[in-house]
Amino acid sequence: MKNKVLWGMAGIFIAFSLSNCRPNVPGSVATGDAASKVYVAPGKYDEFYNIVSGGFNGQIGIYGIPSGRLFRILPVFSLSPESGYGFSEETKPMLNTSHGFVPWDDLHHIALSTTNGEHDGRWAFANGNNTPRVARIDLRTFRTAEILELPNSGGNHSSPFITENTEYVIAGTRFSIPIGDNKDVPISTYKENFKGTVSFIHVDSVSGRLKIAFQLLTPGVNFDLARAGKGPSHGWFFFSCYNTEQAYTLLEVNASQKDKDFIMAVNWKKAEEYIKAGKGKKTNAKYAHNVYSDETHSATSTILTEVLQLDPAELKDIIYFIPCPKSPHGCDVNPSGEYIVSSGKLAALIPVFSFAKVMKAIENKDFEGDFAGIPVIKYESALHGEVKKPGLGPLHTEFDEKGNAYTSMFVSSEIVKWNVESLEVLDRVPTYYSIGHLSIPGGPTRKPHGKYVIAYNKITKDRYLPTGPELTQSAQIYDISGDKMQLLLDFPTTGEPHYAEAIPAEMLMPKSTKIFKLEENKHPYAALGEGKTKVERKGKEIHVYMTAIRSHLTPDNIEGIRVGDEVYFHVTNLEQDWDVPHGFAIKGALNSEILIMPGETQTLKWLPLTPGITPFYCTDFCSALHQEMSGYARVSPAGSKTELKFSTGKIEPQASSAGQ
Amino acid sequence: MKNLKPISRIAIALSALLMVSAYFLPLWRILMWAPQYPEWLGLKIWINNITGDLNTINALNHYIGMKHIKVEMFPEFNYLPYIVAGIIGFGLLAPIINKRWSLFVYLGLLIAAGVGAIVDFYLWGYDYGHNLDPTAAIQVPGMSYQPPLIGTKQLLNFTAFSGPDVGGWVFIGSAIIVAMVIVFEIVINRKKTTT
Repeated sequence: MKNKVLWGMAGIFIAFSLSNCRPNVPGSVATGDAASKVYVAPGKYDEFYNIVSGGFNGQIGIYGIPSGRLFRILPVFSLSPESGYGFSEETKPMLNTSHGFVPWDDLHHIALSTTNGEHDGRWAFANGNNTPRVARIDLRTFRTAEILELPNSGGNHSSPFITENTEYVIAGTRFSIPIGDNKDVPISTYKENFKGTVSFIHVDSVSGRLKIAFQLLTPGVNFDLARAGKGPSHGWFFFSCYNTEQAYTLLEVNASQKDKDFIMAVNWKKAEEYIKAGKGKKTNAKYAHNVYSDETHSATSTILTEVLQLDPAELKDIIYFIPCPKSPHGCDVNPSGEYIVSSGKLAALIPVFSFAKVMKAIENKDFEGDFAGIPVIKYESALHGEVKKPGLGPLHTEFDEKGNAYTSMFVSSEIVKWNVESLEVLDRVPTYYSIGHLSIPGGPTRKPHGKYVIAYNKITKDRYLPTGPELTQSAQIYDISGDKMQLLLDFPTTGEPHYAEAIPAEMLMPKSTKIFKLEENKHPYAALGEGKTKVERKGKEIHVYMTAIRSHLTPDNIEGIRVGDEVYFHVTNLEQDWDVPHGFAIKGALNSEILIMPGETQTLKWLPLTPGITPFYCTDFCSALHQEMSGYARVSPAGSKTELKFSTGKIEPQASSAGQ
Repeated sequence: MKNLKPISRIAIALSALLMVSAYFLPLWRILMWAPQYPEWLGLKIWINNITGDLNTINALNHYIGMKHIKVEMFPEFNYLPYIVAGIIGFGLLAPIINKRWSLFVYLGLLIAAGVGAIVDFYLWGYDYGHNLDPTAAIQVPGMSYQPPLIGTKQLLNFTAFSGPDVGGWVFIGSAIIVAMVIVFEIVINRKKTTT
């Protein structure tokens, strides 16, 4: 009896021990002097700006590296009730498209402008994945300066990568779609009717203005990512393509059948020659071009109706396909411009192509056949070599200044460091969890700044305090200055971060705009001084030319507004001092606030719906007397005869007053 | 009366010519620091102008009811260039007159101009600091906001500093040269009379 009890207890003990016994997994703690390497003392500055895509929030986050501190979220494709972006009359045209006002997009990738393949700190470009668009951000004001819609695109994922001197921003369609006159076709006619397009958007070297120079028609596939050649390969662009199966349903299975898809090599200099020779075809299209002016403090939206197209199936030598294993995702060119690294998401190796070999193969017509009329180069003829057993689910590759590549591994959740020449794997480090993109400061340029690699993860799970079913997004910083990568810091980001670039702080800091000069304000409704304030009625429209300066709004008493009017508050911030914005909000407005920077004019539209007195006030705590910065608008019933008048500081005699 | 030594005459002319810089260099400066202005605010006073963060300072001063500082308010800026021109003119004339009295008159002019400027600055400062708008939002009993004449002073959240700027230092240098010439002339002559 006693023995039975003992055996029973032993059995329970063994079962309990076994259930607790698990194999060791990689540790997840930063070690050594990690804290001191990311500590930026109060009042000190970070070494790099990190310009991080916001994914489905449609915005860009500006972070400091190495501290991981978030400085600002700048709206690009999404409304921002905080700044009034997309709510103020001036910014609404920025989100105009051929479909009308589209208040959201999915912002995936960042490209910082370069000259001679090196960062020049002028602009950042970003793509809108859903309603195909490209945006240009001015890095002096950290504001969206321009948005260009892309015609004949089903989704702008393979974008906004740029050529060495920012000659072009490219935009490759993620989804092929029928284009041309007859678009109402059965989905099952994909092979016959669906086409891909890749747009080359010219960037004016002075103003930064965007214009679609030409659009290449391609066989129907999905374009994923891209990189321009540089140095010796300048003049070429490389795109990863998947779904060369041309599937139109259940892509996860049907687009994963082929052993190899393609890297598409585009000779854009050749395309330019064809354009010069008049081989481009002007075709009808409809797309919006929106430009913001820092002088009128307003955006204008123009609908364009034409695009120039080239058909590489007819015009030879523009594009070539290079076979690439299993649905390639990233397509990255190393700093010397000689190697193209492409990562098949489902491949067990990473092929590295040699630009010199690709050129030789083209010269020798070393083709294995063609795909929809486009020559396909033999895999072996283009190959520099393969990185063997790098990890699972390779996605993207960035480069340091020492000849090493760093590839993100989504499935095995790690960063793998390898040598571009020898293809030898040098180090690997876990990420938490499932890294997507990764970024080394200057990684896509000819001169990487190196020092850190930042991982942008897809899953955070147990890394932070839980916040219900929706968890924070995150990034991680690793020190890459030594032989071994070292985890330094986790930092939360807005979501979802895709690609990001980092640029030395000293390249942007000195030219950061502090104020807008009042004397340069050309807004048609600006009141450049309190003496210029007024209220005008134009039929149903009431225009209030208002000023804001610490700590009053002028006018702050307005009467004569009637139910049914459309009231426009054009508020000019008269301050000319750094960091003195004023805000403006009015009770019951079916609208956001507006935040007005020094010297700027912004307009809030208000539709008064009920008679009475409606307060308005400054929303930005601007001064010691901020709480006093307010006013009243009197709304009279429709058709009433209340006289239109306005004032500030005018005290009228009263019959009785509670204060006396 | 004795003639001046050639070297004295050259030094006097030099001191006068140095003062031409007053037309190109700021004479006085006022600096202000506050927790909200770690970058410092500054005013530069020139022979006929005030420059610097005038608008910012005016915007701040309205809380305590100080008058708006505007260049047009100072009649001094209209005649100051002529006064300085007169002093320079006499400074160049003195070596030609070549008498010791001309040297004393010149130094007298310099000192009078300096003292006059400082008195004028004090009066303006007093007026600005004391004649406050009675409806001002911030009223601290017994508090006035006269800027320091020279040196540093705490005015509410601001630490204010006042002192000569480059042009002012050149002016002082000119006066020192003249004073040294006078000392030199006296010592040389005493030696002559004793030997």
